[in-house]
Amino acid sequence: MLKEPAPAEAGKTPKIRVEDLHKSFDGKVVLDGVNFSLPEGESLVVVGPSGTGKSVLLKHLIGLVRPDSGRLFVDGRDFWALSDLERTAVRKKFGMSFQEGALFDSMSVFDNVAFPLRRSGRPPSEVRERVRECLSIVHLPNVEGKRPSELSGGMRRRVGFARAIAHEPEILLFDEPNTGLDPIMTDVIDEVILEMKEKLDVTIVTITHHMESARKIGDRVALLAGGKLLYQAPPEEFLKSDDPAVRQFVEGKAEGPLTVEFERETATAAPEAS
Amino acid sequence: MKLLELIGRALLRLLEELGRFFQMLGSAASWLIRPPYDVAELFRQMVRVGVDSIPVVFLTTLFTGMVLALQTFNGFKRFHAESLVGSVVALSLTRELAPVLTALMVTGRVGSAMAAELGTMRVTEQIDALTALGTEPVQYLVVPRVTASVLMLPLLVILGDFVGMYGGYLVAVQLLGANPITYIENSFQYLEISDVTSGIIKAAVFGLIFSLLACVRGYYTEGGAEGVGRATTRAVVSGSLSVLFADFFLTKLLF
Ligand SMILES: Nc1ncnc2c1ncn2[C@@H]1O[C@H](COP(=O)(O)OP(=O)(O)OP(=O)(O)O)[C@@H](O)[C@H]1O
Ligand SMILES: [Mg+2]
Repeated sequence: MLKEPAPAEAGKTPKIRVEDLHKSFDGKVVLDGVNFSLPEGESLVVVGPSGTGKSVLLKHLIGLVRPDSGRLFVDGRDFWALSDLERTAVRKKFGMSFQEGALFDSMSVFDNVAFPLRRSGRPPSEVRERVRECLSIVHLPNVEGKRPSELSGGMRRRVGFARAIAHEPEILLFDEPNTGLDPIMTDVIDEVILEMKEKLDVTIVTITHHMESARKIGDRVALLAGGKLLYQAPPEEFLKSDDPAVRQFVEGKAEGPLTVEFERETATAAPEAS
Repeated sequence: MKLLELIGRALLRLLEELGRFFQMLGSAASWLIRPPYDVAELFRQMVRVGVDSIPVVFLTTLFTGMVLALQTFNGFKRFHAESLVGSVVALSLTRELAPVLTALMVTGRVGSAMAAELGTMRVTEQIDALTALGTEPVQYLVVPRVTASVLMLPLLVILGDFVGMYGGYLVAVQLLGANPITYIENSFQYLEISDVTSGIIKAAVFGLIFSLLACVRGYYTEGGAEGVGRATTRAVVSGSLSVLFADFFLTKLLF
């Protein structure tokens, strides 16, 4: 069922490659052998039922979570074989926005977005300019001086998005960047991602529940379920696929293979709990 | 059987804690020497640990010095050794009471805040965000806090030595009618420079222990708001206990 991704242009090392990732939390298997490789400049969208481990997978890609087994390659280098100093250097290539924003709540919005810029040693005038630019990209002028706690959930998410793109990273990871946003903002975020995709060399992984966004911003869409990437294909093909799991997800049906699995899991979990 | 299992579990927990402590110590030491050096953040933490603790340390050592003079005077009067009160106050303060009491007060005040702060950052993914932005959280969060504590506790103790001795002087001279000149002479009669330095070295070690423990507690927090509460409490309890343990062994081994 798993479709091998189209081989990248021969000889070119993929930007990101994961090999047989396994991860469990307290005996609960979350990732059960995830494989994929993402060539430079490609945009991958990951969809899947809530709680299947999409966020966990994304955190593996930047080395926030260490897999129980399996390997991560960034630019062809085995991430966990590097020294911690090299790992920190590799992470500088990434920008990531978190599902819950994860803004630094002791800093103003300005300082949040400026953080990666200052850390990479940009001069103050450039920092100021770039922060303004990023905040206006996500349609948030005039909040620079505010604390994250003074913002709405959707605003926080957009600030997190601005912080992720501020230092113009080579690889972008977005964890549900447009969940909980109004339709206009959803489209604004999609447009920004699309714009960055057009730029050469930027590699993007996005998690989303919006099939419309997936169609728009993905070169490839993958379905994560049961700890594996069940199916990956270009958006049009993905949406038309007759794979039962994909169909259930795309059409948003309560009944289907994805729910069967869920029911099986609860059935096995119940006796333990009592 | 049950008891053995319980003891075994507790021992394992202790070993795990020790492992984390020394792992964090090693990691903090290695990130301390690598650029970038965040002097502004270090300075901010020095203010929080040091300057902001001055009132607490001032009051603690003042009253300790006062009560010390009162107690020893009443006791020593029985064998006509009132002239030794100044010496006793000076020695007990510099060697023991100023370092230990300062460390305990600062653990309560600053250690709890460090654990709560890092714990909150952990459960709200702010520590992950730091890592994701290419900043090593140990370097950014732990190094300045621990360095500030190691640097500031000795200074607080020097302040405490003076304030405590002044408290003793106040009580002896104002309340008990001792002669000011002879009291001061007596205070310094048996006091050696090594008494003061031993207290200062102790203070630096205490600073390292409490701040590192608090950071470890906060850094490995799990379980939401309740977890942060637990980490905070534990930082204070284990921090205070460790300061007392370390005090005994340092006194026994080194001085
Ligand atoms: N740090 C952790 N400790 C224990 N379990 C975890 C941890 N992180 C994630 N999990 C578990 O891993 C599973 C997957 O979580 P994850 O957040 O990746 O889901 P998701 O696919 O992103 O869901 P959603 O669409 O709702 O965001 C969940 O069952 C969660 O309980
Ligand atoms: Mg998620």
